[in-house]
Amino acid sequence: MTNEKNYMHKSWWKIAAVLLLIYTVIAGFLGPVPHLPLLQETIRNLYFHVCMWFAMMILFTVSVVNSIRYLRSFNLKYDIYARQFAVVAIVFGILGYITGAIWASYTWADPNKPAANSFSTIARDPKLIGAAIALLVYFAYLILRDSVQDMDKKARISAVYNIFAYAILFPAIWILPRILPSLHPGNDGENPALDVKNDIDSGMRMVFYPAVIGWTLLGVWITTLKIRFSLLKEKKMSA
Amino acid sequence: MKIIRKIFLLFPALLLSLLAMAQNKPVEMADSMRSNGRIYVVVAVALTIMAGLILYVFRLDRKISRLEKESN
Repeated sequence: MTNEKNYMHKSWWKIAAVLLLIYTVIAGFLGPVPHLPLLQETIRNLYFHVCMWFAMMILFTVSVVNSIRYLRSFNLKYDIYARQFAVVAIVFGILGYITGAIWASYTWADPNKPAANSFSTIARDPKLIGAAIALLVYFAYLILRDSVQDMDKKARISAVYNIFAYAILFPAIWILPRILPSLHPGNDGENPALDVKNDIDSGMRMVFYPAVIGWTLLGVWITTLKIRFSLLKEKKMSA
Repeated sequence: MKIIRKIFLLFPALLLSLLAMAQNKPVEMADSMRSNGRIYVVVAVALTIMAGLILYVFRLDRKISRLEKESN
């Protein structure tokens, strides 16, 4: 494994990430939003909660691509890439889950009922169960990795598992919630919270898309740091 | 590269000075930090957290770069 200079050492996309995130915070809080009942100002969570899931999906996609690259070349470098992208994607997924829980408890919960009653309704929501399944499948990926001692075997098994995990990710978070009744926006075949007619206007999209790119780039930045650290550690061990 | 990094570090400082300027208006009861339901205060807090996190990641990046240089 060599330390070749690549995109990880370039700074332009890191600067872009910072600028986009600053823009997200400023325009996200101050920009105009549609006035919708129940949602009110919480619609601004679109720039944060939804972006966590977008970043997660993109990072999982990069992870599975690297797993395939590993299986094609058996270069352990790609195994490290796949692992670190999956780890950071899981972090983003957990953040998306927690922020969703906070958001839901102020928009879905019935204030006239005891909190526990509302919770049982919310926890049964297919979107949440789907997201939980997807995250648990990826937790299993990490456990599987760490339970195999042999380096090559570990890399090979986890690369194959990663492809299976990716194959369950999209049914669990995209297809399943769309065909079941759900409180979450995006059942009945429409897109979750991205329905231009009902949910968000063009002003919000001007913030939302840059926000997705900004958060994703931040995730990639953190991942590249973890990759570079792992490669250094690997190098030290083999030296 | 050095210049880019310096510009990069300037951002939080610039933002802080902008906020400070906003507070130094002549005797006016409602300056920008206290108007609009004080939403600008929330923006300042969120930006500070963001700046802190990004600075942390940035410093990690530099540390790892230094390690890489040493190991080569």
